[in-house]
Amino acid sequence: MTDTKPVLEARGIVKIFGQHRALDTVDFTANAGEVHALLGENGAGKSTLIKILTGAYQPEAGELLLDGQPIHLRDPLHGQTYGIGTVYQEVNLLPNRSVSENLFLGRQPTRFGMVDHKRIDALARDLLSRYGLDVDVRAELSEYSVAVQQIVAIARAVELSGKVLVLDEPTASLDRNEVQRLFDVVRGLKAKGLAIIFITHFLDQVFELADRVTILRNGRKVATQALDTLNTTDVVRMMLGKDVAFDHHPTALTGGPKGAVRVAFKGLSRKGLSPFDLAVHEGEVVGVAGLLGSGRTEVARLMFGVDPSDGGQITVDGQPVSIRNPAQAVAAGFGFCPEDRKLDGIFGDLSVRENIIIALQAKLGWLKALNRDDQVELAGRYAEALDIRAADHDMPVKLLSGGNQQKVILARWLAIDPSFLILDEPTRGIDVGAHAEIVRTINRLREEGLALFVISSELDEVVAYSNRIVVMRDREMVAELDGDAIASDAIVQAIAGTATEARP
Amino acid sequence: MTRPTVDLRPTGQPPLPRPRPLAQFFTRPQVIALAAVLLVNWALFPGFFTITWQDGRFFGSLIDVLNRGAPVAILAIGMTMVIATKGVDLSVGAVMAISGAVAATLVTNGVSAPIAVLAALGAGLLCGLWNGILVTLLDIQPIIATLVLMVAGRGLAQLITEGTIVTFSDPVLIFIGTGSFLGLPMPVVIAALLMIAATLIVRRTALGLLIEAVGVNRSAARFAGLRAGTLLLIVYTFAGFCAAIAGLIVAGDIRGADANNAGLWLELDAILAVVIGGTSLMGGRFSIPMAVLGALIIQSMNTGILISGFSPEFNLVVKSAVIIVILVLQSPLSARLFRRLPGAQK
Amino acid sequence: MNVIKTLALGAGLASLLLSAAYAEGLQGKVIGFSQIGSESGWRAAETSVTKAEAEARGIDLKFADAQQKQENQIKAIRGFIAQGVDAILVAPVVATGWEEVLTEAKEAAIPVVLLDRGIEAPEDLYLTSVASDQVKEGRVAGEWLVGAVGDRQCNIVELQGTVGSSPAINRKQGFEEAIAGKANLTITRSQTGDFTRSKGKEVMEGFIKAEDGGKNICAVYAHNDDMAVGAIQAIKDAGLKPGSDILVVSIDAVPDIFAAMVAGEANATVELTPNMAGPAFDALQAYWDAGTEPPKFIITESKLYTPADDPQGEYDRRKGLGY
Repeated sequence: MTDTKPVLEARGIVKIFGQHRALDTVDFTANAGEVHALLGENGAGKSTLIKILTGAYQPEAGELLLDGQPIHLRDPLHGQTYGIGTVYQEVNLLPNRSVSENLFLGRQPTRFGMVDHKRIDALARDLLSRYGLDVDVRAELSEYSVAVQQIVAIARAVELSGKVLVLDEPTASLDRNEVQRLFDVVRGLKAKGLAIIFITHFLDQVFELADRVTILRNGRKVATQALDTLNTTDVVRMMLGKDVAFDHHPTALTGGPKGAVRVAFKGLSRKGLSPFDLAVHEGEVVGVAGLLGSGRTEVARLMFGVDPSDGGQITVDGQPVSIRNPAQAVAAGFGFCPEDRKLDGIFGDLSVRENIIIALQAKLGWLKALNRDDQVELAGRYAEALDIRAADHDMPVKLLSGGNQQKVILARWLAIDPSFLILDEPTRGIDVGAHAEIVRTINRLREEGLALFVISSELDEVVAYSNRIVVMRDREMVAELDGDAIASDAIVQAIAGTATEARP
Repeated sequence: MTRPTVDLRPTGQPPLPRPRPLAQFFTRPQVIALAAVLLVNWALFPGFFTITWQDGRFFGSLIDVLNRGAPVAILAIGMTMVIATKGVDLSVGAVMAISGAVAATLVTNGVSAPIAVLAALGAGLLCGLWNGILVTLLDIQPIIATLVLMVAGRGLAQLITEGTIVTFSDPVLIFIGTGSFLGLPMPVVIAALLMIAATLIVRRTALGLLIEAVGVNRSAARFAGLRAGTLLLIVYTFAGFCAAIAGLIVAGDIRGADANNAGLWLELDAILAVVIGGTSLMGGRFSIPMAVLGALIIQSMNTGILISGFSPEFNLVVKSAVIIVILVLQSPLSARLFRRLPGAQK
Repeated sequence: MNVIKTLALGAGLASLLLSAAYAEGLQGKVIGFSQIGSESGWRAAETSVTKAEAEARGIDLKFADAQQKQENQIKAIRGFIAQGVDAILVAPVVATGWEEVLTEAKEAAIPVVLLDRGIEAPEDLYLTSVASDQVKEGRVAGEWLVGAVGDRQCNIVELQGTVGSSPAINRKQGFEEAIAGKANLTITRSQTGDFTRSKGKEVMEGFIKAEDGGKNICAVYAHNDDMAVGAIQAIKDAGLKPGSDILVVSIDAVPDIFAAMVAGEANATVELTPNMAGPAFDALQAYWDAGTEPPKFIITESKLYTPADDPQGEYDRRKGLGY
């Protein structure tokens, strides 16, 4: 912070996709030795700006200056040669190569024309030790946690470039300790004089780590300000353009009359998961709390038939059903928004419209094709209802932002007129605005009589929409909180194993 | 059951303009490429477009292109769907040999032609089902799974024919390969009917969309309740069926089943036809008519080379050069360049 | 694949008449025969002719099918050596990699005779090799055509074998030698038909279109009979008469070309005999009886067949040989 020399400057950047102005005369400056946070809602233009700064996109207008000199970036590789490196949310390294290979890929030291593995490994160990990382560099990258992979990616990016480091949602899939570890690394790099551009949707992290913040909204820059002059409400107001405080406290959720039992699971079990009983009522949200690896995703997969059960019964509206695969689950009126949107959720190359109607089409069978008018109508109706922001519904869904993609998947399940909806981390990797919308949608669906089973690692969020909360620990449902018992503290205690077990 | 409909405001989106297929068709790079290759052929041989009526059928180089292109076109119809699911079927050439061998061996042993034809088609379906089972149930990578039958299938065909060319004189089988209907060679008629039927089936039903969904993201397809396994089985079985038809045509054409050579390397031509037709090997969007067009482009080149009088040493060079040009033309890069041309923008 | 195709050329059968004089000499000898496989009709015919030749001479033939694999052939040869056979015949699947096993045979004093094709190994490792002369085959075909057309102007179209394969190169060369200097004979078009019936037909179709509906073609020369059979169908489809409107001459003498001759649709074929074993056995007998070193290369006869040579009889004789 002592050094405020601008390193990377963008002036008057304009980027147009089709009819849509993704960025409209945006200025941005990253100084040496600062962490500059970039904030904005879905579709505000954050990733577009980043892609321009790193060379992945070329702007229609405006210029980039590096150390005061204008530069023209052809592609990210070219950006790298100027010292601009990027680490994305989804680490894009090679998971099945060793840590050291990932660090030095493309510039391996060679000996007699052969890759010198010994030297690479030594260099890699040395490099990572500077990041406080002591791992077996010969092991495959995929064997390590996302946090370690993230640090490896940072180390690689810094090695390759070393002037500007762009961190695109680096903490999205990290736990608290890992986040701190990552922040230590970032602070170290900042002290070395790197300009760090930090994109996240965790406001508390912004305040913890960043020096300045630039806020984008609808492709325009709202403000660039030092963070010590701001508070959270200011930032949210600037991002959303209205006073939307995220409501953490449930109102009148508890104690209301429950509807009839919609789905009941009795003694459902699978190897590695304790058998469980659970009934979800009409108009009820059962929230699931638990740490990663507590078995919460496994329960969801079991319910939906992704993994077949070893035993137990499932009834829907009192009728026994057999669910051995997702197709049967869909036939029974179940819907499932999986945790990994990109891998298990969206069909990237298919259109928004097709992504919305696909589950209904699968349920109807291949012979009963929804014609184009039906598809357009359905997609239009649910896109409208969930406020999916897409230029048109024939564009590939992969071009939408994460939040909009999540809404598309939600729309897909609403389209089958579901009786029971399973949501696994529905708000992960989504910015504040869309986050709030999805929480509102969950509440609305509950009010309209749907039975929901929602997994989230954000306690405040679970508390905000759940009628009941199931706590999982060590692949077992260890507690069930109902009514007044629902509170963050109680959940934390249950997760930690200090509360009296509420379930038999 | 209560209906959890969400708050519905009137939809603000105007209905989308429907695509105009004909206008789009003539500006496709494949159509332009075919036209270019045909024009080059015409320049090399002025009688190229001449079509005469002779012995109750059309006769001419253009007819030859259609007729000779038919087997690969038929393979490409099945291959398109396999590739759309992000798979590939290397065995279709060998399945052609099996189909021809079965039909020829049966008719030479006195079995009636319709039964022999059904048996050959059945053999093709079985081969396809086998591939589908390897890919679906055993989860073997398609390229490996179908490689098994590519190698073993030809051996199987050789076993059936005992290594010889089984020559037959059955009029029904010969009609399939060399007969004509409304003046057009039977192979052309069969390929056209198959293309129309397959296109209608995949586009009038939801099959096409479901296949594309599986190809784009098989895992997501499963989560969305698609029966991906069943779809894959159908697709590979259909590819085997197409290969069997092509095998019957090739055998009927030379009045014999040549297990060593029937369909040899044609799987590669079929894959190329599909790729030229714009279906990505990464799966997803596909077009059957475009793949058939791809097969015709390949055959136009083959026929062009034959009538041009080039020395045969140049065959592969000429062919690969043209294919490179076509693939570059339809690459995303050239699409971008094309859009930047003045006047090209709407 | 090319190796197989080269070897897979259809062929004909020379005389099955055996000289009774030899019968005594090889009586009771044990001879091993490592065959490539049965990938083509000609190969199958070679196997059955070899077995017939051995039986007629009272030889105890040990037959081993290598199924296209050299390692199987080497295994078979080692087996023959272990059994202490009197001689070994090998139709080698590839040209290289034979030195070790042939040295073992030599050390065991077992003479080895190569059939169909040569190998890259020192000549002292085998007694002799029996093969046809591919250039001569082309020359015989060309000489027949020269005689058949006389002084008439004749445009020839050529259906070549697989580009770069030795039979394609040699049969082309021999034919060109035969018609060299005859101003009235010219090859106007030449394309590869890959030795297959279906490509032969397709290429001939193209030639006919390109040469004014076939009116400018006087003769077709095919590097093998299979392509000729395909070409005959193309000529018929074009409404012309093969054998008279367009002369058909080819090489190999497989049964189907004799069937075409019976129908008057083919004019001449040059035999690639499947009887490679006969001359091999003769050489072995001379070697054992009189100590005669045979020449290193024994060339089989390249006999010409025309419709005058009882094609129906030739067809019947060959049909049972496994073509």
